Amino acid sequence: MNSAPKHPEQPDIRLMQGNRACAEAALAAGMRFFAGYPITPSSEIADFLASALPRHGGSFIQMEDEIASMGAVLGASLTGVKAMTATSGPGFSLKQELIGYAALCEIPCVIVNVQRGGPSTGLPTSPAQSDVMQSKWGSHGDYPMVVLAPSSVKETYELTIQAFNFAEMLRTPVILLSDEITGHLYEKITIPPPEAVPVITRRSPRVAPNASYKPYLPNEPDLVPDIPDIGTGFHFHTTGLIHTPDGFPTREPEEVRALITRLHDKINSRKHEICLYEERNTGDAELILCSFGASSRSCFQVVEDARKEGRKIGGIGLKTLWPFPDFIFHKLSSSVKAILVCEMNCGHIIGEVERVCEGRCRVEGLGKCTGTMITPSEIENAIKRIK
Amino acid sequence: MQSNGLSEIKHLLRTHRLPHIWCPGCGNGIITQAFLRAVRRLDLDPDKICIVSGIGCSSRVVEYLDFDTVHTAHGRAIPFATGIKIARPELNVVVLAGDGDIAAIGGNHFIHGARRNIDITVIIFNNSNYGMTGGQYSPLTLFGEKATTAPYGMVEQPFDMCELARGAGATFVARSTTWHAKKLVDLIVQGVEHRGFSSIEVITGCHVNYGKRNCRETAVKMLQWQKEHSVPIERFHSMTEEERKKYFPVGIIHSETRPEYTEEYAKITRIKRDDR
Ligand SMILES: Cc1ncc(C[n+]2csc(CCOP(=O)(O)OP(=O)(O)O)c2C)c(N)n1
Ligand code: SF4
Repeated sequence: MNSAPKHPEQPDIRLMQGNRACAEAALAAGMRFFAGYPITPSSEIADFLASALPRHGGSFIQMEDEIASMGAVLGASLTGVKAMTATSGPGFSLKQELIGYAALCEIPCVIVNVQRGGPSTGLPTSPAQSDVMQSKWGSHGDYPMVVLAPSSVKETYELTIQAFNFAEMLRTPVILLSDEITGHLYEKITIPPPEAVPVITRRSPRVAPNASYKPYLPNEPDLVPDIPDIGTGFHFHTTGLIHTPDGFPTREPEEVRALITRLHDKINSRKHEICLYEERNTGDAELILCSFGASSRSCFQVVEDARKEGRKIGGIGLKTLWPFPDFIFHKLSSSVKAILVCEMNCGHIIGEVERVCEGRCRVEGLGKCTGTMITPSEIENAIKRIK
Repeated sequence: MQSNGLSEIKHLLRTHRLPHIWCPGCGNGIITQAFLRAVRRLDLDPDKICIVSGIGCSSRVVEYLDFDTVHTAHGRAIPFATGIKIARPELNVVVLAGDGDIAAIGGNHFIHGARRNIDITVIIFNNSNYGMTGGQYSPLTLFGEKATTAPYGMVEQPFDMCELARGAGATFVARSTTWHAKKLVDLIVQGVEHRGFSSIEVITGCHVNYGKRNCRETAVKMLQWQKEHSVPIERFHSMTEEERKKYFPVGIIHSETRPEYTEEYAKITRIKRDDR
């Protein structure tokens, strides 16, 4: 099955699919509960975990729909178990109400969305990156989101672990926004030994159960509360109503403001830690190709080709989409002539880049919504149009 | 002799959260009391009880109970409870929610929880309408009766929740009413003790929204109606088809033993664990 390297001193090198890397990484991060509902192109994650989780002492369940999967994940996580679900387009839409619940009730969990073409049933077996905005705004109300987008099998592994670590340390749902290309891609990957994988686990209350314990009282400086696990004697209350630090509902304007702003602040105050990205040849670049997920592979190819020809082109591959890494573009927009945003959608990240650049440089978009990958030659053509 | 005073269950309430939000005369308090009396009689460890609810007047009950409590989203109590039970099988997981919550928006979860026979006890506060949103019809509103969204009388047929639960695979199915408050305690005790999916429907009164549109505008009339329209299941069996149409059977409608979900899954985990 999950063959370990024959000689422990040898690196564990494998040819692996992106979705499988996600599942393997989740196990390495300590995930022990998965609930899902079959949907292309994410099903391989569930298929693998159904067989792997019992071997790790964990549990897998195929629920009756994506809403139920999300609910089961939150229930399991409330008991202290690291939990995950995986889906795609239509299923991601169904999960939205409970993603908002997780954000408000500060329930750590990871939601994988292997993006396919939409809207509706759309293009079940074709790639897209058109759930970028939904991943941030999908549920109603004001809440912050952490969204990571891998561009390779290796990055899928790394960002899945990162997703769990962010979820646990911030007590928030984290979305791993993969895409059909990355999810189905087979690449070489070196699986890090367990001792090399940094694993963060949520903080527990530092006191014994007592009646005056306030489960949602934020700590300084990280603003994250030490919420107990169900079954540990705290008799605490979880509600999707706006609540005070003791966990009970409130409509007091000041208390409402305190909770909503804290939820944002605990994430936004750590943007520099959460916003991961890859920068290539940006130092002297006149043109920056900005992308994420599978599309950034084509962008980095163009950067490499351009540099060989002495063209001053650089690349930014965003690994964290939300919170949006404003600071990268604040800096870049004053040093470059133009930024070309390449994404498999009708224009999502470009809006953010335009907002942050505030006209200091040209911002152009290569948005493709054909259910096919953006190719290096299409990027080259777009570059010609800029000049 | 058993005491009927509140003193024996008061310690199971979050008294600092009282008064509750319910209208005077609402049946929710009767069910809450019966539930706590059952917990008391079962002598359950309060640290090992988790109560999960959805959204509605009835679902607000969890706020007043001194256990680990989860007030989830509308209709989603059973999925949350499923995750909790799988992750912590040693807990007593109980779902308390309304008829709209369980039978309409959460109907799919209800039948699948029953089918899996996961060891959860679901107590349905059936007030025949959506109380919290002002009296709209629910899947349990009786044919011909009125609701804000059925102003000319209900033209849809209601579910029989007990038959639905049994058909879906629930292994303990019971019905009671708030009139049968004492009998209700017995049924809850048996439902919680039962290993598997237990569904207990409690016919209760929302005189404020449902009663007033259907000639039972007081809490007393609601209780009287329950008394007049229910018969013990044993008597129901001996009734003619025609007679049965006028009554709800109350008592244990169905009980059987079937493999329970978390026990079955644990068998797999025991065999496969560390088999990597
Ligand atoms: C997804 C969603 N849809 C609708 C509502 C509005 N809503 C709140 S309570 C409720 C119905 C409650 O009825 P029931 O479950 O029978 O409980 P009751 O109030 O009668 O006790 C509805 C529709 C909601 N909160 N969430
Ligand atoms: S509206 Fe009806 S169900 Fe809600 S509290 Fe009042 S009487 Fe009870």
